[in-house]
Amino acid sequence: MTGSSNGYSEGHSNGYTEGTVQVGGTALTMIRGGSGRPLLVLHEELGHPGWLSWHKALAEDHLLNIPIHPGFGTLPRADWVTGVRDLAGFYSRMLGDMAVEPVDVIGFSLGGWIAAEMAAACADQFNSMVLVAPMGIRPRDGEIKDLFVVTARAYLDASVHDAENTPEFAALYGGATTPEQYETWEDARAESARLAWKPYMHNDSLSPLLEGVRGLPTLLIWGREDQIVPLQSGQIYNRSIAGSELAVFDDCGHRPETEQTEQFVNRVRNFLA
Amino acid sequence: MHIMMFTERPYTEVSEDEIIKNASFFGVSNENLNPAIGGELYNSYFDEAVYSEKMGFDGVMLNEHHGTPFCGGSVMNIEAAVLARITENIKIVLLGNPLPVADPLRLAEELAMIDMISNGRLVSGWVRGAGSESIYNNANPAYNRELFEEAHDFVIKTWTTPGPFRYEGKHYQYRHVNPWVLPIQKPYPQMWIPGLVSPETVVWCAKHRYPYLALATFLEPTLEMAQLYRDTAAQEGYEFGPENFGYLQRVVVAETEEKAQELGKSFFFGGGIAAFARPEWMFPPGYNSKAATRRLAKVFADPNAREGGSGPTGLQGTTSLQPVETQEEIEANRKIIYSRYQAEQDNLQLIVGTPETVIPKIRHILETVRPGIFAMWHHFGPMSHEDRMTSIRLMGEEVLPAMRGISDELGLVSPYDRQPGSRPLAAPVAH
Repeated sequence: MTGSSNGYSEGHSNGYTEGTVQVGGTALTMIRGGSGRPLLVLHEELGHPGWLSWHKALAEDHLLNIPIHPGFGTLPRADWVTGVRDLAGFYSRMLGDMAVEPVDVIGFSLGGWIAAEMAAACADQFNSMVLVAPMGIRPRDGEIKDLFVVTARAYLDASVHDAENTPEFAALYGGATTPEQYETWEDARAESARLAWKPYMHNDSLSPLLEGVRGLPTLLIWGREDQIVPLQSGQIYNRSIAGSELAVFDDCGHRPETEQTEQFVNRVRNFLA
Repeated sequence: MHIMMFTERPYTEVSEDEIIKNASFFGVSNENLNPAIGGELYNSYFDEAVYSEKMGFDGVMLNEHHGTPFCGGSVMNIEAAVLARITENIKIVLLGNPLPVADPLRLAEELAMIDMISNGRLVSGWVRGAGSESIYNNANPAYNRELFEEAHDFVIKTWTTPGPFRYEGKHYQYRHVNPWVLPIQKPYPQMWIPGLVSPETVVWCAKHRYPYLALATFLEPTLEMAQLYRDTAAQEGYEFGPENFGYLQRVVVAETEEKAQELGKSFFFGGGIAAFARPEWMFPPGYNSKAATRRLAKVFADPNAREGGSGPTGLQGTTSLQPVETQEEIEANRKIIYSRYQAEQDNLQLIVGTPETVIPKIRHILETVRPGIFAMWHHFGPMSHEDRMTSIRLMGEEVLPAMRGISDELGLVSPYDRQPGSRPLAAPVAH
């Protein structure tokens, strides 16, 4: 993941580049930015939100590699990927094809679940893992909020604790929905449905498999007021992964990276150092 | 022309306020359901179907929706099984079974039994199901069309291939297919496909030579779909005709204009078609094609685009009215809902009157759309059994004979007069 993978071509340069990498028969959009140790970034169920403040901050000492999950962008989807475990296997293959050393990984929500599945299958592919309010494990009380029976807009609104005082969120998602946003979100919802319609956004075999993971430094970050994936899921993750630490941010919802960017960046930077 | 009687067989004994509060029929709590009343309603709808046969209708059309007082056909095949026994000659037209939410082997058996019990009177239509069907039955909407197509092919294979055989498909797998129930009609019953002008479905119908039936759609897009069918048929090497196309429209008839106008309003009960389900339930993820999503993107982004159309959104089956709580808000939304009554009549989306006044309107539709199948959707909201029987009687006595005359005059052959897709191209195809 140092920048010379097959077929990668540079796009624009606003602190990051955008290009295409080939994984088997599937072309993948890859966003890259920063310098330093490679960090694999796995995005959430509504897609890659763009190059945000936290990306910019972490890019100062990390080389961010952000693949757009097949089916979420403009490139054709991979028909054979019908579940999160398939997608985890797909990304393991990508790392294998790139013949890289174990990398650091950070995953958000759906992307966190993908990273956890990768770790459960083969923890050696990672140096360390950061999971930000990952899907994948259902809470014992309460439910993971269902993206598929509400509008993307309603789901987004539920994802932050205090939208009005979250400037970056307001800048991204404030105002009326544009046709482009609607289309992007619908593509993302459709691909998320292919991955996790039923059972919804969790896999009961994940927690027992994670119990077999040893020696993988893992940081879990959760907002105490997360209305999408209840904190209890984080506690189960925490118990399942030996030696993991659970950082809980107060007055924070499902997007700690946007809601409390400074605290988030500090925490992740220190953990990865 | 094949003329059918249709009602949603709704559960009408629910407070309209509950529906307006929810801005949707789908989602209203079933704590508002009294099963005893529901049972009486089913039986009165059966009586009306029997009466329709007596009054000269060619078919009785049923449909299926889940989890809603909008439509009583939660398991339409059960109603069809009853009709198979209590009617004698009328076609039992199922428009349609929602394939993506069904177990297709079980469906093949149920439908075969209906055809057997009715002595070959089944028309087996298929639908993708409204988005809410995917949610209710937990059938992944992102695979809706794949499920539809695979289930369709499987049912046909089951009806035409001697068993036992094994089936390993993408979405369905069966170890032992060998149903001891098969349709009487060979190779299988006619298949008609209803829809709300989705071009993908029209093309699919044309390729399979199945009649397409537009459901209470505006005349202009309906004609566009007829043209799309005609063009696709030409590419497939056959001539499109009335036998390939059907139309359903809301028609209610009474002894006096005043009475008819009173009954017509019941089509707006709770918001009518426009309140079928909220957008988030109508359009679950992946349910629509990319092209359809692109069209919707414009509608949802532009508030002005929401005006007009069949409901306040301009989208069939969805409303831009939001859920409300207070009585004041309910009254305000009720006013908006009923304010469209006259406009819907003016644009022929609702035909209300005495036989004398509805016949010219129906003539205009028949001349414009030229369907070989016509479904009279004669009841939706609260309307007494007596009024429903009167509507059926007046149609039988006066409207149907007039329609048959117009049909003969216009050459509106039905799929029973001429096998759909059997006519050679009239002229060479221009490529």
